[in-house]
Amino acid sequence: MKFKIPESLKPVPNHYCPGCGHGIIHRIMAEAIDELGIREKVIAIAPVGCAVFGYFYWNFDTAEAAHGRPPAVATGIKRVLPDRIVITYQGDGDLAAIGGNELLHSANRGENITILFVNNACYGMTGGQMAPTTPLGYRTTTTVNGRVIDDGYPLKVCELIKDLEGVGYCERVSVEDPRNIMKAKKAIKNALKCQIEKKGFSLVEFLSMCPTGWRVSPVEAIEVVKRMKEVFPIGVFKSKL
Amino acid sequence: MRRLWKGNYALVEGAIAGGCEAYFGYPITPQNEVTEYMSVRMRELGRVFLQAESELAAINMVFGAALTGKRVMTTSSSPGISLMQEGISYLVGCELPCVVVNVQRGGPGLGNIQGAQGDYFQAVKGGGHGDYKLFVLAPSTVQEMYEMTKKAFNIAFKYRNPVMILTDGVLGQMMEPAEIEESVKCKGQSVREIEDLGWNLTGCKGRVPRFIRSLLMGEGELEDHNYKLQEKFLKMKEDLDYEEEGAEDADVILIGYGLCARINFEVYTTLRKKGLKIGYLRPKTLYPFPERRIRELARRKKKFLVVEMSCGQMVEDVKLSVNGESEVYFYGRPGGGVPEVEMIINKIEEIIR
Repeated sequence: MKFKIPESLKPVPNHYCPGCGHGIIHRIMAEAIDELGIREKVIAIAPVGCAVFGYFYWNFDTAEAAHGRPPAVATGIKRVLPDRIVITYQGDGDLAAIGGNELLHSANRGENITILFVNNACYGMTGGQMAPTTPLGYRTTTTVNGRVIDDGYPLKVCELIKDLEGVGYCERVSVEDPRNIMKAKKAIKNALKCQIEKKGFSLVEFLSMCPTGWRVSPVEAIEVVKRMKEVFPIGVFKSKL
Repeated sequence: MRRLWKGNYALVEGAIAGGCEAYFGYPITPQNEVTEYMSVRMRELGRVFLQAESELAAINMVFGAALTGKRVMTTSSSPGISLMQEGISYLVGCELPCVVVNVQRGGPGLGNIQGAQGDYFQAVKGGGHGDYKLFVLAPSTVQEMYEMTKKAFNIAFKYRNPVMILTDGVLGQMMEPAEIEESVKCKGQSVREIEDLGWNLTGCKGRVPRFIRSLLMGEGELEDHNYKLQEKFLKMKEDLDYEEEGAEDADVILIGYGLCARINFEVYTTLRKKGLKIGYLRPKTLYPFPERRIRELARRKKKFLVVEMSCGQMVEDVKLSVNGESEVYFYGRPGGGVPEVEMIINKIEEIIR
């Protein structure tokens, strides 16, 4: 089998840490876009976080947004160019903490945009602080003895938005092994199809590895993602397809 | 046709005549008529109107639409404009054109809903983080609410920078005769087809993908970007605008913008009739500021009285322009107070004495 670089990815090395999930998610996103033949229609939003340099790797039009605001920026783009495919790529801090309001309201308006939400249970770029999605008991640089209830419960984004009428597609996947990676790619394609068919807001949540933030080896990080599923069950939460 | 218009409605017609293709806003007094009237006008013209969930979202929706090269606008009042500062800084950093209107109210904090001029510093000194300037227009009449908003879009695109229209609740709410062309009646008219401006994001069909960012981490990259922005801010002087009357032979020149300029003009005509040598100067652009003209007048030892609906903000720019060559006096009222003609006249008498 020949290993080909998707057209939607630039043939350059990335800056992600060994064992990080972003490279995998970039690749399956690029493959999904290629297979749907929409690369030239895509306008993507890179977040504030580890994926901020997405535009160095993605071979389609991309802009950067302020922390937490990609859903609002995507709304602005989609409203003036409704036939373009608008994708935001966001981490857990960006989407679920500082950007919670923009997430909720863009979902509720049924904006025809797609959010690729990378949940690695910590703030990776700033050094591994607690995220809204950090499971109880997990140690971070701001919960050194493990997250306790006083710090808040882990926020379940798919469960939170699935009942909003504007949501057309919502699925949680994981990227720790090939079987789940293939399922994750299919989820991206479904979410993009939802946008193409104008069936409303679509979101895919990826449970992803952050060995650096978690202070574990890449191999151990895979085990952590498996354990995360006890808190964040994977599956399709909603589909209007 | 000349008829009675409310300032906030005139502003909407100005935006439509200026080719505004998308509007994102959030309710706040005293600018609600803008959002409400926009919701009607933009929809009937087949343009984009969206009521955002917050000012934060509104300015970022503006950012999104601006990325595509469309003509886009938002409006708010003081507390809402404070919320937008982060987004405005990003718009400048990414060199995106847009129009932001501040129908100022009293502050600080929630303040009140009367007209005020307490946001001058925020408008002309940057406002958000980083070294930057907005092009700032200050209408003084309902007619100018229309004209300046119409013109603002061209300036924004000329410099690829946000333009702020700094007005206040009194001008927004007042009605006076104005000549306004309700030009665009039919759907879709004057909305441009999407065009390639050489920088906008439209999907990469037929060209190399583009990216727009303000994060510049490479060695020297951000410093270079800042020098480039500063050059642009200096170049904005090409569009400097002010008006003056009686300044040449005046002993004391009244300076004010927006609503205060109207009051100043009344003082000026009253005192001229009495034979006092009073001058009148009104900056129509607050950035760029008519510093050269003010310095020139200061060198001829003319004194200045700055009148503002604040505790003194623009007066600092007048002092910087005068640069110690003459005397600068101030009269102002904060928190929604409107300067009175008699008080200004008293102040002038004090100065002359």
